[in-house]
Amino acid sequence: MTTRSLCRVLKPVFGERLFRVGPASEFKTRVSTLAYGATTCHQRNKSTYTNIPPPALYGGRHTVTLIPGDGIGPELAHHVCDLFRFCCVPVDFEVVHVDSAMTSEDDINNAIMAIRRNGVALKGNLETNHNLPPSYKSRNNLLRTTLDLYANVMHCQSFPGVRTRHKNIDIMIIRENTEGEYSSLEHENVPGVVECLKIITRAKSLRIADYAFRTAREKGRRRVTAVHKANIMKLGDGLFLECCKEVASGYPEIAFDSMIVDNTTMQLVSRPQQFDVMVMPNLYGNVVSNVCAGLVGGPGLVPGANYGEDYAVFETGTRNTGKSIANRNIANPTAMLLASCLLLDHLKLRAYASMIRRAILTTVTETRLHTADLGGQGSTSEVVQTVMKAVQSTGPLTLSI
Amino acid sequence: MVAICCGLDKLQNHQCWPLCCFAINVLTLMLQPPPAKYGGRHTVTLIPGDGIGPELLGHVREVFRFSCVPVDFEVVNVNSALETEVDINNAITAIRRNGVALKGNIETKHTMPPSVKSRNNVLRTSLDLYANVMHCQSLPGVQTRHKNIDIMIIRENTEGEYSSLEHESVSGVVESLKIITRNNSLRIADYAFRLAREKGRRRVTAVHKANIMKLGDGLFLQCCREVASGYPDITFDSMIVDNTTMQLVSKPQQFDVMVMPNLYGNVVSNVCAGLVGGPGLVPGANYGRDYAVFETATRNTGKSIADRNIANPTAMLLASCMMLDHLKLFDYASSIRNAVLTTMNETRLHTADIGGQGTTSEVVQSVMRIIQSKGQLTAEL
Repeated sequence: MTTRSLCRVLKPVFGERLFRVGPASEFKTRVSTLAYGATTCHQRNKSTYTNIPPPALYGGRHTVTLIPGDGIGPELAHHVCDLFRFCCVPVDFEVVHVDSAMTSEDDINNAIMAIRRNGVALKGNLETNHNLPPSYKSRNNLLRTTLDLYANVMHCQSFPGVRTRHKNIDIMIIRENTEGEYSSLEHENVPGVVECLKIITRAKSLRIADYAFRTAREKGRRRVTAVHKANIMKLGDGLFLECCKEVASGYPEIAFDSMIVDNTTMQLVSRPQQFDVMVMPNLYGNVVSNVCAGLVGGPGLVPGANYGEDYAVFETGTRNTGKSIANRNIANPTAMLLASCLLLDHLKLRAYASMIRRAILTTVTETRLHTADLGGQGSTSEVVQTVMKAVQSTGPLTLSI
Repeated sequence: MVAICCGLDKLQNHQCWPLCCFAINVLTLMLQPPPAKYGGRHTVTLIPGDGIGPELLGHVREVFRFSCVPVDFEVVNVNSALETEVDINNAITAIRRNGVALKGNIETKHTMPPSVKSRNNVLRTSLDLYANVMHCQSLPGVQTRHKNIDIMIIRENTEGEYSSLEHESVSGVVESLKIITRNNSLRIADYAFRLAREKGRRRVTAVHKANIMKLGDGLFLQCCREVASGYPDITFDSMIVDNTTMQLVSKPQQFDVMVMPNLYGNVVSNVCAGLVGGPGLVPGANYGRDYAVFETATRNTGKSIADRNIANPTAMLLASCMMLDHLKLFDYASSIRNAVLTTMNETRLHTADIGGQGTTSEVVQSVMRIIQSKGQLTAEL
């Protein structure tokens, strides 16, 4: 098969990117990379490959859905846009507003469609009003379950510049994001008696356990701890634990142990350095991730990511709306900015990601700039300005401040 | 009595209705079991449990015998390895008989079939011990990262996620039911507010996850609000459980009294126990309408440290003091409590869980010596 016919066959599969006009030698190297790509492609299941939507990359620029959300979401999202524009990051944001006060699901369906189109999103938290009727489902939950973003990953690391009671924390929390207690299935058969269903399925437990072990292997982690309450919920959490054990047997280099959730939270408060990677169902994940966020310095510092088979959505780790501090220029932008760095890593724009991340970490080290949640008096705009200055000083192409 | 019941509706409009009410009240009092107090000595059921339970309860008995406390223990052993429920039923009958119990934790083995229910849970639900009360206070002698913590946690003890109702309708899909009822929620909320009023507390916080579990935790929250309206001197607020745990880790001094359903209670009480110094320091109590069972707050079996003389006896000793308070033996309770707290101030005697190298027996000896030094009647050391 000649290189030309090979290219013609593989062109619709790999897209236009690899076929830019250039000198013949460059073309040959591109074709050899292509041939390598073709062989690896054969190893994949063909049907899965054709189902993955093509990345929203046009003319070298990515398109990412941006959902501002409520509370501090819009202002932080605005700062992210400013920073990206300043650093000349090749990302365009498609802003989709979701009004949490409306009972119709049109807004959130538009947002979901936009995410399906673009494949990646950055979002603020959408408020769930308690006063609305129970038929109104949590919009965040709806987004996660519809897009099947089954893994919520939160990496809690101690920041060098932030003073906390515990030091040297480095915990990766992987939380099942679609089932468990968040199934929103409740009913009141007898007046005054409410039954809430907590669903645990074998398929999803295997999937999240596999995700946890794969991530642990990729990041070179030594140990995975499953958090459960199987002494009380024998069938439910028992099934989860069993699935974790099955998956663990396929990763012999990674140690696996389990811990009951109450003991886990107590250990986290006394000696959090003992934990490495933790995997757990939805509700325990919520509690444990909030405890860990509190240990490393608060909700303003930790980013979170929700990964699915085809989509990824990035947000702050503890999903706070922050209504009481909205529009007062005192919110901590670190979590959202670090989430945008995770987004850039996902889009494989690693140089931009590490540049912005380094600038943020330098800024967080300065106690003078700490915002109110870290015990300081800095404002959001000061922090963002300092990050931009730090990026400019490292030398890459930026706009003027 | 049958005649009275039949004629009740006719009597309601009769002029001697108040007299009938009095008669009914007397009857109810007579229906409540009499306290197990014979010749001035109380009888209390003792369930040693597994792990560190037997040795710690042995120490409690030693301290009681030494201080001449008028309490006799009726020991009921529960074998957690057996699948039959005979043992735990014996224990429950003994508690019904005596009214009060002191127990160690009974282990729930994961390897047994799911039909074997947790023995502790069976005990709590059969005796309807609806309120689990845990008072977390910073101890002056114990070094912790947070200071001045004083939180009272009231946890619903019988329903919620611990209903043990699960089924696998479709293979590979398990449904666990979390039950929240109006009656139990009202009852626990009322208990929380009454206790807050008695202890002179200012604020009650309800912990929930009503943004996700709208009907379930929504009902719980609604019941708490209803009860709160009847206690205008106490402020009531609510907080979502994830925010609560985060606040507990950063600023625990903001909490006063907390009331919550079963699972959140488990997590929050363990976090608070960790904040004040660990599982070896905090006692817990389970109160029902007619019975009370005392144990360590975090209900640890402690299998790995069993029979090694390194367990911290403070939690169990303080639990026995709470039991003496319940039996209205306040003098004995305060003398033992003071002795335990004075012992805790000495860093030399701290056990391994709070960072020291002391042994259990040293701590108990020190407690007994302090009781003796106060001058009360004691046995020989």
